[in-house]
Amino acid sequence: MKILAMDTSNHPLSVALVEDDQLIAETTLNLAKNHSVYLMPVIEKLMAGASWQPEQLDRIVVAKGPGSYTGIRIAVTTAKTLAATLKIEMVGISSLALIAANVATINPDLLVVPFFDARRGNVFAGGFKYENNRLNNVMPEQHVSFEELLIALKQKAENVVLVGNITDVFKSQLEPFDSSKFKIAPASATVPSAYQLALLGNQETPVVDIDKFIPNYLRVTEAEAQWQKLHPGESKQSYVREV
Amino acid sequence: MATRNLILAFETSCDETSIAVVEDGKTILSNIVATQIDSHKRFGGVVPEVASRHHIEQITRCLDEALTTAEVTYDDLTAVAVTYGPGLVGALLIGVTAAKTVAFAHHLPLIPVNHMAGHIYAGRFVSEFEFPQMALLVSGGHTELVYIKSENEFEILGETRDDAAGEAYDKIGRVLGVNYPAGKTIDTWAHEGNDTFEFPRAMEKDASYDFSFSGLKSAFINTVHNAEQRGVELNKQDLAASFQQSVVDVLAEKTDRALDRYPVKQLVLAGGVAANLGLRERIERDMQERHPDTKLIMAPIKLCGDNGAMVGAAGYVAYQHQQRAEMNLNADPGLSF
Ligand SMILES: [Zn+2]
Repeated sequence: MKILAMDTSNHPLSVALVEDDQLIAETTLNLAKNHSVYLMPVIEKLMAGASWQPEQLDRIVVAKGPGSYTGIRIAVTTAKTLAATLKIEMVGISSLALIAANVATINPDLLVVPFFDARRGNVFAGGFKYENNRLNNVMPEQHVSFEELLIALKQKAENVVLVGNITDVFKSQLEPFDSSKFKIAPASATVPSAYQLALLGNQETPVVDIDKFIPNYLRVTEAEAQWQKLHPGESKQSYVREV
Repeated sequence: MATRNLILAFETSCDETSIAVVEDGKTILSNIVATQIDSHKRFGGVVPEVASRHHIEQITRCLDEALTTAEVTYDDLTAVAVTYGPGLVGALLIGVTAAKTVAFAHHLPLIPVNHMAGHIYAGRFVSEFEFPQMALLVSGGHTELVYIKSENEFEILGETRDDAAGEAYDKIGRVLGVNYPAGKTIDTWAHEGNDTFEFPRAMEKDASYDFSFSGLKSAFINTVHNAEQRGVELNKQDLAASFQQSVVDVLAEKTDRALDRYPVKQLVLAGGVAANLGLRERIERDMQERHPDTKLIMAPIKLCGDNGAMVGAAGYVAYQHQQRAEMNLNADPGLSF
C-alpha cells in the first residue's frame, strides 16, 4: 500500500511516502514559513524522486490538528482534495498523537503529554500511553492553560513526560512541581515526522465521509463563542446553503 | 477527442465556496455556489476565521458536484483556474490549495486568476468582449473603474479611497436596523422613497476617478442621530432613496467622465453591488443618453456575486495568454491589477 502522509499543523512541515511500513522518502522543513508555498512543491518533488504517480497512491494520511488554524487547514484541504479527487482512502491523525508517538513506544510506563503553544499561557495538550501495541489517548485533547495542565497531571499515577517547546514562561511555571514526576522530552522528540504519521495512519480505518472531514481545532472561533453565549440552544445544523 | 476547452474553476475569496466548469470561456456547464451568508449574518459581517472553516467543510462536496452537474470527468478537463486574490487570506487559501491539489493529481495546468478580472468576465456570459473596454466594478469589498486596453490588459483608473460601496450599504443598513447584508433591502426601500435629504455627492467635482463614500456615510448617520435626539422619526424609504441616489450619482458621474476621457467599445457593469437595480437603471439610462456608441454589458444578476463561473471565464483568457502558476502559488489578499 502506497501512503502519502503530511503534517503542517505547526511550524514544521513534514511529508513522507511510505510503502508497506517502509519509508521511501521524507522531507521535513522547520522554516516557520508559509506552508501554502512549500507543501505542494515538497509533495511534487518527493513523488517525482520516488517515481510515484498520483494515481498510484492508495491512502492519504494527514495530521488533523490541533495546531495553527491556517496550518492544519492547508494539510487537511490538500489531503481531502487529493483523496476525493483520486477516490482513495484518507485517514486523519491527531497532531498531538503524532508527537506523542516519538517517545511513547519506548516509554510504555509513562504518561506522554505532547503540547503546542496556543498563546497567552495556553496550550493544546493531550495524554497518551503506548499499550497493547497501540498509541492510546488516555487524557482528552484540550485547550488549557499550561499551569492548569500541570496541576491536573500532578494527580496522575504515572510519571509524565512533556513533549513540546518549553518556553521561559512554561519553565518558570514548571519549577514548583516535583521534577521526578515531570520529565521533559528532548527537542528532537518535538519535531513531527510524516513517516511516523504514515505508520499511525496505517493502523486506522479510513474516514467514511471525506467531504465532511474537518480539522480538529479544539476551539470554536471567538465570534462563534460569543454568539453562542448570547443565543443559547440556537445553533443550526448548517449555516451554508447552495444557491 | 475534439478540442473542447474545459476549465475547472475555484472561487473562495470571501464567503462563497464556488466551483464551476466552463467551456470555451463562455458556456457554463456547472456553477456550484455554497453561500455562508446565514452564518455571517449572526455576526453582522463576514468573520474571516469562520469563513475559512466553512470553506473547508464545503470544498470537496462542491468539487464533486461541479463535475457531476457538468457531466464531465477529470480526463475531459483542460486546466484548473483559481482566484488567488484579492480577498480574505484564509478563505483564498482553501481554494488555492484545493486547485493546486487537483492540478497536481490530474497533471493539469494551473491558471492564477485575479478575482476582479473574474467579476469583469461575468459579463462574458452576456456578450463577446471587444476592446478597448471599461469596467465599473462595485462590490462589498471593492469599487473600481478599470480600463481594459486589450484582452487581459487591465489598468485601474479609479478606486475607493475609503469604504467600498457595498460596505457603505452595510454600515448605513446597521443604522436603519437592517440586517447584514443590507444592499437588497436598501435597494427595495430606495425604490419606494424619494431623495428628500440630498446627501453630499462625494468627490463629484474631484478630477480623479477615485471614489469616496465616508462623507456620505457620516452625513447619513448624523442625520439619523440628530433626528433621534429631537425625537423625530424619519422616513426610512426616503433615507434609503437619498443614500442610494447619492451613491449611484457618484458611480454614474465618475463612469461618465471616464468614458469621455477614454472612449471604449464596451462598458461592463459587474460585482456584487451591480445587482442593485437602482444602479443598473441609472447606468442603462446614462449610457443610452450620453454614450450611445458604447455597448453596455451588465453581468447577469445571478453572476454578480462571487462565483466560480466568472473565474472560469477569466481563466480561459489567461490560459490563452499562457498564464500559468506553479505548485508554490500562494494566496495574495492584496492583489491588484
Ligand atoms: Zn467579489
